[in-house]
Amino acid sequence: MGLKSKDLLGMKQLTPEEIMEILDTAKTMKLVISSANKKTSHLQGKSVVTLFYENSTRTRLSFELASKYMGSASANISATGSSVAKGESLLDTARTIDMMGTDIIIMRHPQSGAPHSIANKIKASVVNAGDGMNEHPTQALLDMLTMYERFDTFEGKNIAICGDVYHSRVVRSNAIGLAKLGAKVSVYGPRTMMPIGIEKMGVRVASSVADCVKDADAVMGLRVQLERQKSSLFPSVAEYAKFYAITPEMLKLAKPDAFLMHPGPCNHGVELPTAVYDCDQSVINEQVTNGVAVRMAVLYLLMARRNNL
Amino acid sequence: MKTIIKNCKLFDSDKTEVYIADGKFAEAFPENEADEVIDAKGNTVFPGLVDMHVHLREPGYEYRETIATGTAAAARGGFTAVCCMPNTLPVCDNAAVVSGILKKAAEAGNCRVYPIGAATKEIEDTELAEIGLMKEAGIVAVSDDGKPIPTAGMMRKVLEYASDFDIPVLNHCEEKSMGTGAMNEGEVSTSIGIRGCSTAAEDIMISRDIILAEYLDVPVHICHVSTKGGVRMIRDAKARGVKVTAETCPHYFTLTDKSCETYDTNFKMHPPLRTEEHRLAIIEGIKDGTIDCIVTDHAPHHQDEKEVEFSHANNGIVGLESSFALSYTYLVKTGVISIEKLMDLMCYNPSKILKLGRGGMAVGDDADLTIMDLDHEFTFEKDKMLTKGRNTPFDGWKLYGETQLTIMGGKKTYEKLC
Ligand SMILES: [Zn+2]
Ligand SMILES: [Zn+2]
Repeated sequence: MGLKSKDLLGMKQLTPEEIMEILDTAKTMKLVISSANKKTSHLQGKSVVTLFYENSTRTRLSFELASKYMGSASANISATGSSVAKGESLLDTARTIDMMGTDIIIMRHPQSGAPHSIANKIKASVVNAGDGMNEHPTQALLDMLTMYERFDTFEGKNIAICGDVYHSRVVRSNAIGLAKLGAKVSVYGPRTMMPIGIEKMGVRVASSVADCVKDADAVMGLRVQLERQKSSLFPSVAEYAKFYAITPEMLKLAKPDAFLMHPGPCNHGVELPTAVYDCDQSVINEQVTNGVAVRMAVLYLLMARRNNL
Repeated sequence: MKTIIKNCKLFDSDKTEVYIADGKFAEAFPENEADEVIDAKGNTVFPGLVDMHVHLREPGYEYRETIATGTAAAARGGFTAVCCMPNTLPVCDNAAVVSGILKKAAEAGNCRVYPIGAATKEIEDTELAEIGLMKEAGIVAVSDDGKPIPTAGMMRKVLEYASDFDIPVLNHCEEKSMGTGAMNEGEVSTSIGIRGCSTAAEDIMISRDIILAEYLDVPVHICHVSTKGGVRMIRDAKARGVKVTAETCPHYFTLTDKSCETYDTNFKMHPPLRTEEHRLAIIEGIKDGTIDCIVTDHAPHHQDEKEVEFSHANNGIVGLESSFALSYTYLVKTGVISIEKLMDLMCYNPSKILKLGRGGMAVGDDADLTIMDLDHEFTFEKDKMLTKGRNTPFDGWKLYGETQLTIMGGKKTYEKLC
């Protein structure tokens, strides 16, 4: 039991069996979260540090609660107000945290590959909580848990993902993870936000939102950063909302029992009309709970690996 | 001072001995007249290699490399002449800096150094640099390398003005408005989430420079070609008589962007490593003569500039000490080109393009040579390099063509200690 690698850097490294083990463990962890006494001893005596070079209330809180529910000592470092802001290099910061006896470093960084560049140089396990445009494995795992609770199998399921594919680490991690379990992923977004060679990652590039969503078992909207408009990736919010949003009409093209996901935070009225965000098919709020469960599972399985060694 | 090298093979003839007197190749003389007799142990003698594209970093970036360490690395790579790019601090855009470089190079005495002047002042693309005065001080070409000459308008003026002084223009081709990614744009950059730099960005500027060279009927030299489209356009242009010449580097015919998958910054350079399709096109361009020269684009960086996040890391790798062995192993030993052709690429052509007058081995020519072991495999080790830089992607590679001895002007500049 446990993960093969010391670190969780991305879905790229996980085998289908490891993904399923994480999802199954997360289902158990969900019982802990819903119980009256949210306390396990899985991480007792362990120390967990979150090292965030980008702001993210949601992901950080999710990891923090996950580690606290399992009884670890935890600390948080953010890029403002620490030596990080004084220009200390990433590697120096990581080595310092490592030397303090930290077991797990949870790291978010605006540069792709940043966690990879420290992982093999320190003893602590590194969990990638989002690196640039590369991966966000625990987001994909929580998305997959949300699907897994509704599907008996991923095999042959159609997953539609619409939005800013180019800048999205969520798409990359989901595409890799879902492909490993046999799901079929379709993506769509403005061509200016569609990275060259994305089809080589095993996804289908759709020709419109309708084409992407048609017969989908699950539909995922992606956040579009409004400042992308300034770099000429799309002309206006109004035009984006008209041609690229997942509207109620579009959602009707999916399978009748399809559900809607979004990694959040959502730009209401841009990628999703508010009516869609709040509709019966939306499982967006449940994704948040699943985020804590999946992160508990990941932290637990990384430590379980250590105990096995 | 008289030297005899015996028990050697000349790369292009049956001769087994080389005679040197007073720094020049000489007629045969009796062994008892020699001050030194060197036993080459059956290894092969080549003319001293010429690298027309290196970054020696001095003045200004001595923590990365100095003229002394860079030229020591050159000698270890078999080079007896290198041309250094002007992106130093201050920029080599005036005669005083040119003279300073030449003075340091002479003091070091490891390798002939031919400075390349900036094409525009401060390599800022706003005003022409003093190309005439720099030529008097010793430059052999102009370039804004490190950066392209970005606008067609300025490129035209540089080509025209430099042609008055018979000074070649070398351009780093990259259309920056296409984006400034950290690696090749494609399947791999998409998969690992690194902003890409397209082959189109390189091709657009190569096509622009060919159009200008053809229109103005002046020469232009394309630096470090890495793309299939670039090779095709240069081949076509040469066929219609455009005065275009081109160079590539060993990493473009030995590596692909797949190597970037682990975010190892020793695979990060500009232009970036491309896909297999482009790698093969570069080899084809070398084979059919479209590409005239192999250069290193030797770009030493400090460890602190490389041991950072991939997108933040500096561009470039060191290359002087691996260039011949990589080229010999991957081009000659594999049968792509002959050893004579390799000497065109690594000695005669760069010398001809920049009118350096190097490569001669006739009686009376400067005694510049290098002796290579072509028969024994060796392991390329980064910690044995003489450059200050440790940014090589070739550490641990098994290669053929290890330098045994380099002589410049009759003087030993590198000798392998066995
Ligand atoms: Zn360049
Ligand atoms: Zn260069």
